[in-house]
Amino acid sequence: MGEVILTMKGIDKSFPGVHALDHVDLEVRKGEVHALMGENGAGKSTLMKVLTGIYSKDSGTITYEGREVEFHNPREAQEAGIVIVHQELNMMNHLTVAQNIFIGREFMKGKLIDDAKMNAEANKLFQQLGIDINPAEKMGNLTVGKQQMCEIAKAISHEAKVIIFDEPSAALTEAEIEELFKIIRDLRAKQLGIVYISHRMDEIKVITDRVTVMRDGGYVGTLITEQCTKDDIINMMVGRVIYEDPKTASTVPPGAPVVLKVEHLNAGKMVKDVSFELHKGEILGFSGLMGAGRTETARALFGADPKESGDIYINGTKVDIKSPQDAVKHGIGYLSEDRKRYGIVVGKTVAENSTMAHLKDFLSGVFIDKKKENDVTQKYVDRLKTKTPSVDQLVVNLSGGNQQKVVLAKWLVRNCDILIFDEPTRGIDVGAKSEIYHLMNELAAEGKSIIMISSEMTEILRMSDRIVVMCEGRKTAEIDIAEATQENIMHAATLR
Amino acid sequence: MQTTSKSGNAFTNNPIVKAIGLQRIVVVLAVILEAVLFSILSPAFRQYATVVSILDYSYYISFMAIGVTFCLISGGNDLSVGTGMICYALAGGFLVQQMHMPVWVGLIVTIAMGLIFGVINGVMVAIMNLPPFIATLCTMLITRGFGSIITGGMAVSWPSRSSPDGWFRSMFKIINNGKIIPVGFLIVLLAILIMSIVLNKTKVGRYIIAIGSNKEAARLSGVNVIKYQMMAYIISGFFAGLAGIAYAATFSSSVAPGTGAGLELDAIGGAIIGGTSMTGGSGSIIGTLLGVFVMSLLKTGLPYVGLQANWQQIITGIVLIVAIYIDVLKNKHTA
Ligand SMILES: Nc1ncnc2c1ncn2[C@@H]1O[C@H](COP(=O)(O)OP(=O)(O)OP(=O)(O)O)[C@@H](O)[C@H]1O
Ligand SMILES: [Mg+2]
Repeated sequence: MGEVILTMKGIDKSFPGVHALDHVDLEVRKGEVHALMGENGAGKSTLMKVLTGIYSKDSGTITYEGREVEFHNPREAQEAGIVIVHQELNMMNHLTVAQNIFIGREFMKGKLIDDAKMNAEANKLFQQLGIDINPAEKMGNLTVGKQQMCEIAKAISHEAKVIIFDEPSAALTEAEIEELFKIIRDLRAKQLGIVYISHRMDEIKVITDRVTVMRDGGYVGTLITEQCTKDDIINMMVGRVIYEDPKTASTVPPGAPVVLKVEHLNAGKMVKDVSFELHKGEILGFSGLMGAGRTETARALFGADPKESGDIYINGTKVDIKSPQDAVKHGIGYLSEDRKRYGIVVGKTVAENSTMAHLKDFLSGVFIDKKKENDVTQKYVDRLKTKTPSVDQLVVNLSGGNQQKVVLAKWLVRNCDILIFDEPTRGIDVGAKSEIYHLMNELAAEGKSIIMISSEMTEILRMSDRIVVMCEGRKTAEIDIAEATQENIMHAATLR
Repeated sequence: MQTTSKSGNAFTNNPIVKAIGLQRIVVVLAVILEAVLFSILSPAFRQYATVVSILDYSYYISFMAIGVTFCLISGGNDLSVGTGMICYALAGGFLVQQMHMPVWVGLIVTIAMGLIFGVINGVMVAIMNLPPFIATLCTMLITRGFGSIITGGMAVSWPSRSSPDGWFRSMFKIINNGKIIPVGFLIVLLAILIMSIVLNKTKVGRYIIAIGSNKEAARLSGVNVIKYQMMAYIISGFFAGLAGIAYAATFSSSVAPGTGAGLELDAIGGAIIGGTSMTGGSGSIIGTLLGVFVMSLLKTGLPYVGLQANWQQIITGIVLIVAIYIDVLKNKHTA
């Protein structure tokens, strides 16, 4: 770790009804990876947006390279060498990779843009990062992981001195995360200051040098990563210790009836001859690597994508599910992994989103019963501890993790018997995570049945009663939790 | 959420087809089909005068469509180009006819009016954040009323070809011993070429695409989204002004206040048929030109097969629905 490059002191910021930042401090040194931790809505993203000129601060000082600075827009921050890789990807899908990377500072040949030069420069960047992407490819054709790499390449191309990563790993596969860490270590060796935001405790121990913890918009403290344990950090984040022990035995009573039976399901390239059963009160974990076909299986089952063949039985009766409406009618709910695209309407309020899937329960005559809508929504806001000033807040103004809770509320309001949770805790902090786990356990105990798709091994081992492992569209194993280990799951996940 | 690249069939994967673009090939085929169909159905259609007439229609539609294409790519729309075009031509013509100013003043004023309304549209959309559809619907009304007010409700005649001030008509059509040479097509081609370069090779075009693709991302990347969103509407206004000139120059009849509504649909239709997306982010100027020919062929050809104004409107409406539906299907596939 080198000398201090950036100091934020006493940063204060309020939105209508929300005191998002309450005198927060942060210090970043050259050649360090500095973790910024805190629960959903703690204010991490907001602090970084204040730093990079996206939001203006109400008070406090920012000192950068020895001088007090204030950036009025992201461009000024970029020019000074502070860049951010945002939590939500910010890509223009219709432009090429190189055009995205150099947007706002194109190479020119007179009055015309020099695309050839931009492609060449992008190629140089990718070589430097050791990644293989065609700069002339349209951004929209890349996988999420590759798009993330492009964001990083874009950040680096700014001659950055400070790079902020806001939850870069949330949508990446294990292999891609490894690649990302390699890049981050390279940058650290080049004496850049790096701020790293993530909810994955394991990563913090692996990649960061120091940790600053925030809670409820306030500054809690800064630790040296080597000198503290995971529990120390969690304790600072949530003010209590959370234990995450794996489940050792199934909690489903023997002889519980089969509520859902899927036989020889085939759909597209990613679902090949998948069969499984789901019992009443069971949490059935779906494990596998990214691209194993788990989401595709769920979507075919839910009627969101067409299926070629296969039978579905609910409570022993064969059913024909052709559309999500059919699925919902049969009591199936699906929480998408991609909430922006399928889960919520960001321009609507928390209450409107929560009741959207089940509006007919909130009608009195032809009108929506606003009071009932608000009351029920408030109940779930409380139960999920969603951080929002009111149920009338627009969802777009919530932090990433809290948006996820709204999606959850939506399906809980619907009161489905079979719930498919696709990556239910992606981007959710440890405290909220354990609340969602509690809730899933409660739901199972009430007799609801849950399919949980998860890429996090700890989550699979902690929640599931039984585990289905998939690889390349096929089911490769079905393991009872009593026999499940990280090793035998990983083995099945790579079984071709 | 893996994005697998779609493997088309042998035809769509053919490098030549890829380079030209499937949509453009289809549109060219549509133009040819239309021409053949009209020729078969009506012997009278098969003459040089028809070609001239098709081109006459194509000039002002092309200009409007070029401008509208920029608005569509930016994620917006401009409904005011039709009535706007007439309004600007009225204002310019009024100065020439009633105030006896030289023609060149009238021409400049026509374009200047287009620019002014372009700026107004731009301010409403980019700065006041009004929905483009509604904002430009309002300017559509305003320009329609404004045109009437300027001329006191009277039609305006631009100088005729035979008068000494009639030189501007030769920019689009040279008539020599009764022979008509439609030189306006060269002007349109030049405009298409320049605006293609502007769209694909300059910052203005690049940022307009970026804004249409993902406005927030463009903003966070340091793009001045207000300025470039405004640019799209100013370009559209400028070209609506040019369209007004083309209209005044190609048609010998006088320019009548209160007309022009509906003409914007020919332009928007041309752009969409040519492959510009209704949802922003993609489009091409050459495609737009091809789309415009689909529209102007319809306009010229339908009367020959006995389908008059009312039927033309119905058929234009249906063609537009089909074109927009194709755009919707395309977006579904790439989503
Ligand atoms: N533009 C805004 N308008 C109103 N409130 C906002 C706005 N942006 C953020 N907030 C609020 O400020 C608080 C902090 O949000 P922020 O996005 O910084 O949280 P975070 O720590 O990044 O959480 P997560 O881990 O879920 O991403 C939240 O309560 C959020 O609802
Ligand atoms: Mg955040």
